Amino acid sequence: MSENTMTADVNSTQDGQLEFLVKGDHHPQNGTLLGFWIYLMSDCLIFAALFATYGVLGRSYAGGPTGMELFDLSLIAINTSLLLVSSITYGFAMLHMQANKVKGTMFWLAVTGLLGLGFLSLELYEFHHLISVGAGPQTSGFWTAFFALVGTHGLHVFFGIVWLVTLLFQLKKHGLIPENKRRVFCLSMFWHFLDVVWVGVFTYVYLMGVLP
Amino acid sequence: MFENLDLTKLIFGRLTWDAIPFHDPIILGTFAVVALGGIALLAALTRYKLWGYLWNEWFTTIDHKKIGIMYIILGLVMLLRGFADAIMMRLHQAMAFGDSTGYLPPHHYDQIFTAHGVIMIFFVAMPLVTGIMNYLIPLQIGTRDVAFPFLNNFSFWMTTGGAALMMVSLFIGEFAKTGWLAYPPLSGILQSPGVGVDYYIWALQIAGVGTLLSGVNLLVTIVKMRAPGMSLMKMPVFTWTSLCTNILIVAAFPVLTAVLGMLTMDRYLDTAFFTNDLGGNAMMYVNLIWIWGHPEVYILILPVFGIFSEIVATYSRKPLFGYTSMVYATVVITVLSYLVWLHHFFTMGSGASVNSFFGITTMIISIPTGAKIFNWLFTMFRGRIKFDVPMLWTLGFMVTFVIGGMTGVLLAVPPVDFVLHNSLFLIAHFHNVIIGGVLFGLFAGITYWFPKATGYKLDEFWGKLSFWFWLIGFYFAFMPLYVLGLMGVTRRVSHFEDQSLQIWFQIAAFGAVLIAVGIAAFAIQLIVSFRRREALVDETGDPWDGRTLEWSTSSPPPPYNFAFTPRVHDLDAWWQMKQHGFQRPESGFIPIHMPKGTWAGIVLSGISVVIGFALIWHMWLVAGVSFVALIGTAIYHTFNYDRDYYIPAEEVERIEAERTRVLANV
Amino acid sequence: MSEHTHDHDHHDADIPHVSLKEYATGFVLAVILTVIPFWLVMGDVLESSTTTVMVILGFALVQIVVHMVFFLHMNFHSEGGWNMLALIFTLILVFITLAGSLWVMHNLNVNMMPGMMD
Repeated sequence: MSENTMTADVNSTQDGQLEFLVKGDHHPQNGTLLGFWIYLMSDCLIFAALFATYGVLGRSYAGGPTGMELFDLSLIAINTSLLLVSSITYGFAMLHMQANKVKGTMFWLAVTGLLGLGFLSLELYEFHHLISVGAGPQTSGFWTAFFALVGTHGLHVFFGIVWLVTLLFQLKKHGLIPENKRRVFCLSMFWHFLDVVWVGVFTYVYLMGVLP
Repeated sequence: MFENLDLTKLIFGRLTWDAIPFHDPIILGTFAVVALGGIALLAALTRYKLWGYLWNEWFTTIDHKKIGIMYIILGLVMLLRGFADAIMMRLHQAMAFGDSTGYLPPHHYDQIFTAHGVIMIFFVAMPLVTGIMNYLIPLQIGTRDVAFPFLNNFSFWMTTGGAALMMVSLFIGEFAKTGWLAYPPLSGILQSPGVGVDYYIWALQIAGVGTLLSGVNLLVTIVKMRAPGMSLMKMPVFTWTSLCTNILIVAAFPVLTAVLGMLTMDRYLDTAFFTNDLGGNAMMYVNLIWIWGHPEVYILILPVFGIFSEIVATYSRKPLFGYTSMVYATVVITVLSYLVWLHHFFTMGSGASVNSFFGITTMIISIPTGAKIFNWLFTMFRGRIKFDVPMLWTLGFMVTFVIGGMTGVLLAVPPVDFVLHNSLFLIAHFHNVIIGGVLFGLFAGITYWFPKATGYKLDEFWGKLSFWFWLIGFYFAFMPLYVLGLMGVTRRVSHFEDQSLQIWFQIAAFGAVLIAVGIAAFAIQLIVSFRRREALVDETGDPWDGRTLEWSTSSPPPPYNFAFTPRVHDLDAWWQMKQHGFQRPESGFIPIHMPKGTWAGIVLSGISVVIGFALIWHMWLVAGVSFVALIGTAIYHTFNYDRDYYIPAEEVERIEAERTRVLANV
Repeated sequence: MSEHTHDHDHHDADIPHVSLKEYATGFVLAVILTVIPFWLVMGDVLESSTTTVMVILGFALVQIVVHMVFFLHMNFHSEGGWNMLALIFTLILVFITLAGSLWVMHNLNVNMMPGMMD
């Protein structure tokens, strides 16, 4: 947009002719961050479809157990806090990256990954418990939609951790080169995006699920 | 003994020799032809030592132009398959009356109409549209490649992988018998226990990854990589419509992924999303799939609107009438396309409020579309129109598409839809807009930009022949279906008792034969043009006196597209450059930064196809191993930081000097 | 937009600047906005569950905005405003998908299975 305000000698030659070429080396802007953001937006619509399905099937218990009977809110509170803390630890990683401190970046990334792992373990424990008391994904439309929505979020966290570990190796090998910085930032968007989805999940599924 | 048995099961799943349709002469015959043709092709490639060339120059390329061409080749090849299905249906329906049962058993007929729909939308229209966008967008916005060149190659191979899986279903196992959207409960495990629906799911999921990523890629390309000076309102119309199309792709395809994922869970894990029992709701599938499905229609038609806009302006030798209104109309259609999905299932049983809401939004969408038609008409008005082949396709489109649009508005009236739902009237309507709109536009675009991609024009005579056979064939093939639909004949029926209907089906079959001639003429056109390429050569790079930047390069363009990045001052940048007596620079070249080719795309897609095939046949071991391999390969690829190189200035100078020499001879 | 800012590869101009203050503010707000809804529901604070639903949904919306602003660094300037545009467009579509599906399917159930709805 700054083009319009530029002085005449860029847009035209000295005798007032329009200049139709960029004579120097021209690099378009890097699109990675925008591209990744757009990917996240598309992911958001996958979750929208899952939320919509949960909304539609949310009372289809088919005579089976309900969420109100089985959801353990204290477990979810612990899980939520793990995820919440992991977003600030990722923030610390970002701050270290900004200061070009590769060790600190890696340390805080590792802490974030461990918190993510803790979240996943608790989620798996919860799933295991639910299935063992007769509320599996095959039980009813409600539980199907529940496992699909929460499970898809969990799957994202899992792949986030796989990516994080990969990134740790890449940081170790190449340090904070621009490509790696960009990757750390993309993963931060992914990670915080999953947090946003989780806000939707704990409110819409768990908190609203136990209300009469 | 038992261990042995388990291992076989683990590796081969439910795949046995019974899966090969030896008993069916039609499929076996097709298989023989395909196998012989395939072997001949492979032998020829080996004989002429073309493998290295193909691998290095095409399969692993990240050049958006070559990827675009490969998309178009994929689309044209799949068009032959899709049309073969179409003409089989037309011939069968013309015969299957009363005592005659036709030549296709019902289970085969059902697979054919499903495959026809899936192939034509996902593996013909989508690759052709994506291919043209891929080829043109960087050229039109004055850049050297797309934003993510590797991703582009990967997307192409994923789409191809889906198509490959689709073709495998012809010879190993079966395809879905459910119709092209595979509504449950019919597509559920109880009613469709075979592998057909699984082929459908995995072919679409694999191709869907490619479509989504190419959508992100092209979207970022348009947003980030436009030449200096090209503000949004100075973008060529085709780039504008492509921008909106890619927004739609990014926003719609995730919903398809999600809903197919749920269907997969129902089939593989016995869950209860869309089942009849346990609180599932099959209509939720229909609801979700059309939230993707309606935008999909506009994903196909919007770029084609762009193609027509470019062609009308060029061949009328005038700037496009109402550029701004064209852009706004496109944006309005983009947004509205999300608010109409329910018109595909008015008869589901929603109340009057829901149906009238969606009926009205649907009717509103015809307003911007109508505005576009008027813009094209006004562009032509008092223009010096050249009736070349692309312009003929455009005129054919304008007449045909308006008819299709009007029957569409008819169907948008809920009470009318209750009468016409799932009748042949609907079939006639959407073929009317997809053939008359999308396909005509794609042919127009291919003819128009062919010299840009190859360096020679397409033969006029065979092009005109192809156009007239397509046009007349279309009317013969589909107007009878309107009549039949109004009489209440439903779609997807393989046998009729009422002999009085037969004549209409015979007329339609005759139309399909005319279209077959049109396709043959198109193929002959390609061959004839190739043989006459010396006479049809385009040395100027601007054979039609074009208006946009792609015509400022040579035909075909050099790998780097532009030796110097163009600077844009106005809409129709190249036209303005010509008006100002633009002179190509002949010295002062600098090295050009370009991305490197990579094997990763084709390998990742190959592994994905193996996973898909393994999941279809319940080969759990193979699926697991190849999934780990997929993730491993993807991670391995991310460790490759060496992704670009410089074309040295001398090389650029050599190519540009050659171009100067050619231009001097024109 | 111009060639004067080329060579993005050699410094990280495209990565937004972040600050401790930003993350700390975001974290504190997020904690507050999480704890209150959990407390409302687990402690049975409000009489009517409809009110509770409204309140916790409100908190969720605010918390999403907080995460967007402080953790995802959303503003109207990054990437020339395209990030925000993409987000707003997506949110509209999410709303259409969610509200549309719920409306359509509820309407269907009321019309087709009148006895089974409460």
